[in-house]
Amino acid sequence: MSETDQDSTPMIQVNQVWKQYDDNIVLERLNKTVDEGEFVTLVGASGCGKSTFLNMLLGTEQPSKGEILLDGKPIPNEAGSDRGIVFQQYSVFPHMTVLENVMATCGFQRPGITGYLFGSGRSAAREAAESILEQVGLSQALKKYPHELSGGMRQRLALAQALLGKPRILLLDESFGALDPGIRSDMHDLVLNLWSEHKLTVFMVTHDLKEGFYLGTRLWVFDKLRHDPQAPQRYGAVITYDLPVGHMDQTTYQQIDDHLRPIPAQAG
Amino acid sequence: MKKFINQHPGRAFKLLLGIAPFVLLILLYVMGSDARLEVNPNDKLLPSMSQIADGLERMAFEPSKRSGEYLFWQDTASSLTRLGLGILIAAMLGLLIGLVTGALPMIAASLSPLLTVVSLIPPLAILPILFIVFGLGELSKVVLIALGITPFIARDIQRRTQEIPFEQLVKAQSLGANTSQIMIRVLLPQIMPKLFDAVRLSLGAGWLFLIAAEAVAATDGLGYRIFLVRRYMAMDVILPYVAWITILAFLIDVTLRKLTNKLFPWYVQGGKS
Repeated sequence: MSETDQDSTPMIQVNQVWKQYDDNIVLERLNKTVDEGEFVTLVGASGCGKSTFLNMLLGTEQPSKGEILLDGKPIPNEAGSDRGIVFQQYSVFPHMTVLENVMATCGFQRPGITGYLFGSGRSAAREAAESILEQVGLSQALKKYPHELSGGMRQRLALAQALLGKPRILLLDESFGALDPGIRSDMHDLVLNLWSEHKLTVFMVTHDLKEGFYLGTRLWVFDKLRHDPQAPQRYGAVITYDLPVGHMDQTTYQQIDDHLRPIPAQAG
Repeated sequence: MKKFINQHPGRAFKLLLGIAPFVLLILLYVMGSDARLEVNPNDKLLPSMSQIADGLERMAFEPSKRSGEYLFWQDTASSLTRLGLGILIAAMLGLLIGLVTGALPMIAASLSPLLTVVSLIPPLAILPILFIVFGLGELSKVVLIALGITPFIARDIQRRTQEIPFEQLVKAQSLGANTSQIMIRVLLPQIMPKLFDAVRLSLGAGWLFLIAAEAVAATDGLGYRIFLVRRYMAMDVILPYVAWITILAFLIDVTLRKLTNKLFPWYVQGGKS
């Protein structure tokens, strides 16, 4: 964003990234830079590769060609504590209570064989966990197991867990896709608050274009520009729109919306 | 009238339906036994209920004329010790091998093929080897049980470990966890209830190996006794022994199930969340 120094390298650089599985090209020719503190929303039709892109940031998948740089260095090829993640499901540990789930983060943060905490480390972790759970509104459920929580509470827990790890980048992979609309908008407010409070850089994948329009600072639309009906796997998706959020007129919205969710052709 | 597939018995009726086959079997037995004893009072094949009670009384509540011990209880204690030791060793070995091969692809690459081959060896076929190597004492029987069910438990635990969602492993790493922390804090606790399940499933095989080993070489034990008195066609001892083994197996199974529910409250309704 404009606040950052012009001469400093951007936090994330995506250079000529391609991703393909065998002959199936998923993404092609991606070139982007993202500065620290941005909130990027990734939208696109299902199967267009937006989650694949997120996984490349996460480190669980690697580009087939090109490179993604974090602070000028190639992004590590495994998940690490500088990049937090909230998945749509399976994001919390089912065998730990809410409090234990978050305290586990503190155990994982220090070197050690078991990841269990004792003594003063444990009570410090407890304090930190309770305060972050307060922030996400889970103070009433400390002793509950994840299966006793609603979907929204579970995602709050996953967020709290990720935030206590003090990541620089937070990745949200359709984290709120399975929630009811009302609860989803609560979660959006929560994420926006946490984003500004913890000074995070956020990448959020969603299939809901509206989400992208009022969340964050930047919207990326993934879509296939070229299409060969004989060989649909021949071309991958590119980022067709890169828009600052809040500066979008209705026509552009409609244009993108039509493109992502084509309505069956009608006359006129 | 509902379709048969949609009909459910009520509480009391369900109990009745459950008990009925047992009552029926006992009734059939008593009728058969009466019919045979009427023809030949010395018939040994189907002893009457009172003869069975006498046999049990002789074994369980009167000291043996030869050794002065209560044979029934001594047999029970010996057999349960062997079974318990064998299962315990198998559970610990199986957990270790299963967890390590399930979590670490590098280790799995070297151990999985071996495990598959070993699990195909019929344990009873190597019983003679065990007797030769470990002697006729307690050790060879325990080793047979352990050897017989370790591969099963190990492979089951391996599969269960691999079934834990990949997302959880990634999540733990994104929180800063290293390999051993993931194994000890994320995988191991989630595998423990599965281990209890695996042990419950392998108990049947455990009993099989126990009784086979006792039948071949032992000086006491439930299996030993059954095969010993077979020589005198002492059905009045064999039948209560078989019933007792069944009851023991049932009790162990129930205990393990209750223990699982108590130790792992999150597992019972266990979502994977």
